[in-house]
Amino acid sequence: MSAVFSDGSGLFFAILGAALAALLAGAGSARGVGMAGQAAAGVVTDQPDMFGRVLILQLLPGTQGIYGLLIAFVAMNNLGIMSGSPEVNCSLLKGLAYLGACLPMAIVGYISAINQAKAAVASIALVSKRPDQFGKSMLFPAMVETYAIFALLISILALNGVGNI
Amino acid sequence: MAEQYIYAVARIRNKELSLLSGSVMESLMAAKDEKECLRLLSDHGWNADETKDPEAMLTEERDKTWALISEMVPDMSVFDVFLYANDYHNLKAGLKEVFVDREDKTDYSAIYIRADQCTIDPELIRKACMERNFDLLPEDMREVAKEANELLLHTGDGQLCDITVDRAALEKIYAAGKKTKSDILEEYAELTVASADIKTAIRANRTGKDRQFLERALADCDSLDIKALTQAATESLDAIYAYLERTVYSDAIPEIRTSPSAFERWCDNKIIERIRPQIHNPFTIGPLAAYILARENEIKTVRIILSGKMNDLPEESVRERVREMYV
Repeated sequence: MSAVFSDGSGLFFAILGAALAALLAGAGSARGVGMAGQAAAGVVTDQPDMFGRVLILQLLPGTQGIYGLLIAFVAMNNLGIMSGSPEVNCSLLKGLAYLGACLPMAIVGYISAINQAKAAVASIALVSKRPDQFGKSMLFPAMVETYAIFALLISILALNGVGNI
Repeated sequence: MAEQYIYAVARIRNKELSLLSGSVMESLMAAKDEKECLRLLSDHGWNADETKDPEAMLTEERDKTWALISEMVPDMSVFDVFLYANDYHNLKAGLKEVFVDREDKTDYSAIYIRADQCTIDPELIRKACMERNFDLLPEDMREVAKEANELLLHTGDGQLCDITVDRAALEKIYAAGKKTKSDILEEYAELTVASADIKTAIRANRTGKDRQFLERALADCDSLDIKALTQAATESLDAIYAYLERTVYSDAIPEIRTSPSAFERWCDNKIIERIRPQIHNPFTIGPLAAYILARENEIKTVRIILSGKMNDLPEESVRERVREMYV
């Protein structure tokens, strides 16, 4: 354990942050798209012409996974992992700062994907009954996206700041 | 668990569009005869045909509902709460068939409810009754079957047999409703038991039944104090109304005073009122249970209207029996 917390071993925490961003946001999106997919399949079973509309609603909770992936890429790029020369002397403080910078996207990404999926499922039901309300039905799950974007913004700004430590 | 029924609920949302609304029921009532009713039903997607027996059409509609639900829900046992009453009906039928006349060669199979509307095969119940081998029955039905059989043999009182079996049915429905952990199924069970208790208390009072009868007939539930209801039923109708005034069923009193059919209607309308929020619920088993109840309610109402038309009943008489619709 002492080796892990020793100075110069911050790389572990930095990679942990990148992994969490990709993992939690991706897991949230996978679950969310799955939930919305079930609802979409339910609608298309009896109304095949609704495919295009419900597909768009199904994909909405998928964006958090993309944001998580983006944050993981930025973090790994800053750490030199992408270029094949990792920052092995990364200090503990810097590593923990990377971890902290990735957490908003990881946590908000997971929670917002699940909640966006719930809104998407409800909107799919709305479109099933009132196809003319498709535009409005998009707005309800899209509102949840706002908070995922806030988290993405903070994580990107924080990662840029951490690079200067 | 909430995510388990997303697909099914999404499909049901579309099916809800074809449920008959209150205005369709008005049109049916305004129709000049049964044939016009059937034409209207046909326009709304029912397999209504003038040449067909209306009862067969209603059975077909019911079968369509259960076929749809069973296609989407892998474990249909969650809906057993709706079917237990049929099992116990079959038990009563079996006990009475044996009691009426052992040498009788009449075919009594029509008095049993079909196997696909039950959780226990009616043939098994019939066999158990015929052979008086109640060990063939599931454990929770065994004791009540033995008890009702003994009562019937010793007293010859069909009503005593009925209330014993009915109480067991209510207890099973109640326990099943609680076990599902679904608000709507719990409420359904609660209302079913409470309304049966109220009806029994009223009928027992009107026919001068004693406390022992009431204690045997009434089943426990959360919304009624059975001891208080029993006490009131042994006193007078006004005592029952005074007791109900202190319960959540106070608004049913005018209906109870009007007629038994008005109270039946109130009970059905209450269930529809309680399930109506499910129309906006995208998760859980609630919307599926609500759809089944809505379809049952719809079929019951169509049956009332059709039988009114076939028997030339006055519109007012039909109208007072017509239920509120889910949509």
